[in-house]
Amino acid sequence: MNALGTYLIIAALLFSLGLLGVLQRRNLIGMLIAVELMLNGASLNFMAFNRFLAPEPAVGQIVTLFIMGLAAAEAAIGLSLILALFRKLRSINVERAQQLKG
Amino acid sequence: MSFLIGTEAIAHVAFWIVVGLTFGGAVIAVFPRNIIYNVLGLVMALSGVAGLYLYLGSFFIALMQLLIYVGAICISIVFAIMLSRPLHLEVPKRSVPKVAMAAGASAIFFAAVVGVIFKSNWVPAPEQSGDWSVVTIGHLLLTRYDLVFEVISLVLLVAIIGAIVTAGYSRRFSS
Repeated sequence: MNALGTYLIIAALLFSLGLLGVLQRRNLIGMLIAVELMLNGASLNFMAFNRFLAPEPAVGQIVTLFIMGLAAAEAAIGLSLILALFRKLRSINVERAQQLKG
Repeated sequence: MSFLIGTEAIAHVAFWIVVGLTFGGAVIAVFPRNIIYNVLGLVMALSGVAGLYLYLGSFFIALMQLLIYVGAICISIVFAIMLSRPLHLEVPKRSVPKVAMAAGASAIFFAAVVGVIFKSNWVPAPEQSGDWSVVTIGHLLLTRYDLVFEVISLVLLVAIIGAIVTAGYSRRFSS
């Protein structure tokens, strides 16, 4: 519990589960949830390096806060796009969203 | 002394419980076909990651994780689910080869990352300052890492305006 490798493997497993979700799901909201998991794996990596290797512990926390802000922005934009797509197609399955013309 | 050993063992057990919570939540967030279960699994996994941040020594980031992810992002995902309705109607089954290929791809990725983790020699910095306080984070955010603060403010502003425009205009066009 006090080793760098433990946290790195936990983060890698979280990221791989998120990757599996993005590749396998066809529900847009499900893919968004999987992307959130991937972002969490990345920020867990930053916090682990921050705790065990970095000279200054504040920097990793700042990067993690940055990732959280980006995730919030991404969720807002993604969800509004999903709502717009749902109004147009009556579905949030990505395989139905095939046409480019309005 | 035995008291110390006792608390250490309890901390150890609690760590693995938190890890189990994270992975259980992540599995629930990815695999079930009902989207409501996915969101609840996401909440569980994010709370578990907040617990891991506590073990990594940052109470502030754990609190922010709960506040921003669980409090804001998950709630907005629930709103989107409620607004885009017939969810239990259309869940087309995924073909097995596609799922197997996705699982293979992420397994290869995981194996590669684990290989990198074990191969590389992590060298800690020669001297680590133990300054974890929120005061330091605030000072650094407004002095040396000013750019991070400005960029995240701009990104959030653009995201808010973009979300309003996207959701609002599409309604006007389609109706």
